Amino acid sequence: MTAVVAVPVAPTRPWQRRRAALARNGALVAGAAVMSWLVNARTDLSGFLGHWLAFSLAMPVLALLSSVRSGRNVATDSFSAALVTVASLAAAVPLFSIARTVWQNGSKAFYSSYLTTDMRITSSSDPLNMGGVLHAVSGTLVMVALATIISVPLGVMSALYIVEMKGRFAGVVRFLTQAMSGVPSIVAGLFVYATVVIFFTGFSAWAGALAYVILMLPTVSRTSEEVLRLVPDELRAASYALGASQARTTFRVVLPTIASGLLTAAILGIARVAGETAPLILTASYFVATSTNLNEPMASLPIYIFSNLGLGDSNAITRAWGGSLVLLVLVLVLFVSARVLSARLRRKRL
Amino acid sequence: MSTAESLEPRHITVRRPVVDRVFRTVISSGALLSLVVLALIAGFLLYRGLEIFRDFGFGFITGEKWDIGNPEDTSTAVLGIGAMLVGSVLTAFIAVVIALPFAMAAALFIEYYSPRRLRTVLTSVLDFAAAIPSVIYGIWGYAVLLPLVESWSKGIERNLDFIPFIDVPSEIFGRSPFLAGLLLSLMILPIITSVAREVYGQAPRDLVDASYALGSTKWGAIRNVVLPFGRSGLVGGTMLGLGRALGETVAVYLTLNLVFDVNFRILASAGGNVASLIATKFGEATPYELKGLMAAGLVLFAVTLAVNLLATVVVNRSRRVA
Repeated sequence: MTAVVAVPVAPTRPWQRRRAALARNGALVAGAAVMSWLVNARTDLSGFLGHWLAFSLAMPVLALLSSVRSGRNVATDSFSAALVTVASLAAAVPLFSIARTVWQNGSKAFYSSYLTTDMRITSSSDPLNMGGVLHAVSGTLVMVALATIISVPLGVMSALYIVEMKGRFAGVVRFLTQAMSGVPSIVAGLFVYATVVIFFTGFSAWAGALAYVILMLPTVSRTSEEVLRLVPDELRAASYALGASQARTTFRVVLPTIASGLLTAAILGIARVAGETAPLILTASYFVATSTNLNEPMASLPIYIFSNLGLGDSNAITRAWGGSLVLLVLVLVLFVSARVLSARLRRKRL
Repeated sequence: MSTAESLEPRHITVRRPVVDRVFRTVISSGALLSLVVLALIAGFLLYRGLEIFRDFGFGFITGEKWDIGNPEDTSTAVLGIGAMLVGSVLTAFIAVVIALPFAMAAALFIEYYSPRRLRTVLTSVLDFAAAIPSVIYGIWGYAVLLPLVESWSKGIERNLDFIPFIDVPSEIFGRSPFLAGLLLSLMILPIITSVAREVYGQAPRDLVDASYALGSTKWGAIRNVVLPFGRSGLVGGTMLGLGRALGETVAVYLTLNLVFDVNFRILASAGGNVASLIATKFGEATPYELKGLMAAGLVLFAVTLAVNLLATVVVNRSRRVA
């Protein structure tokens, strides 16, 4: 009889990345790179796109060939893994191209006072050391601020109606707000044009801000609803147990708890509208000077870009790129601050 | 032993303090305002566009021509958005067809393949892509994508011109439905991806693990568990993207030649969509034409609202299943 010897067996962890797999993937990428270089040297393909295309085709093929002797399942697995990887990275390529093009072309429009002058005495075809985007930046900020002041309370109210009050029409309000987020921005502009612009103010900053409100409202109410749901019911129950009214509970307990979440909601709403062009064509129109008169047409960054693009002059087009750069940076700042705020909210473990 | 009556729940009356009654009234009216706005939009566009529907009837939707005729005499006008509707649907369809496989791949990669650090980066990049203004997509599409697509189109047409919708007799490429559709696909990709990522991430972990335990490869688990599980959510996300693509204005305005003919040749430099029609004609429109644009806006509103409502229902249902 042989003695049973307990051989210590190290547990395998098949879900962990192993060195062999890493080496295999590295070899795959290197092989595909070499193949794409060869293909590009031999055929008409060239440039970044040519290399990328050849690489994207080579990688799944190589993955298939390298694993074909392990059987059909393994071959399919590695083929689709390579395909998924290549395709999802391809989805990011245009974005880098956008960032690069906007930076390259936009920085040409910049000079020492590009951000501090407007176009009141400068024509769009004038040399690039005159004029600027101040009027467009200030117009965007003014209209966005107006829209925020109107739409954030309304959006929070409908979120409160759905979550805190659980009102009779909560389901309907929720459903229609979600549907409203899909209203094309030009339709929002057209509506404001048909009502406010024609009957009351003419082209004006007010009208632009109202179009913004229609577009912001769904985003704000949806996001505030989501953060309101994060507030633990114990908190509300504790407040009620102390004898607080619902109004007091909401204003002193619930809303302060999610203050940063509400800020995120506002920022997401702002990011949604800050780049909208179509509704402003029909509402705020364009004005070449920095202005704070809400009853007059007002410039904005998207319309600055759009109108300069329409002129066709090369200096005007460079100005359009400059405006794009400013707008992209503005949206980026909003995006990052929303991210930071919501990360902070998550850290609170709500 | 208690009687049956005493087992009935005690009747609770709620007497809210005055503050609460005021609070609840204010909140309700604020919430209902958004419904009022939605109704007002539909009502006003209908009110302003009604004359057009009365004058042209169903021909407004099917008609190809947009001609105001003699500006003094509204009876000479012929208004129809058929060509524009076809353009809207065609570009949105191209966009969805291109975006869908890439969005699925990106969602699967982020949820199941990517190393953790790359996952955060990719998610942020794609979320940011959804926030890039459409005018920037438009200017990029015009400056960078247009020349590329023009040269691709020439190659495709030369080799595949026996297929009816690819053949371009006039040999004029450039600002074609294909270009606009391609650009739109980039714009809707982040929307579809984020919905797909959400539903794929909710795929039941135990079923995935069970298929691993049965010896399945990763792709086997994805094909047999994750993809079927996420199908309805993916359909909903795609429709959200479709709604966005149907209503896009500026990007299409900059990358599509506005021509009032029904054009199914996707590489030819002719097309248009309803939204860019409104943006184009709005500036110098006569009062009668303006009513036509309002009617066009109403049609666009109805179509996108229907698509979005349907998408919302589908996405919500898939969430409930999860």
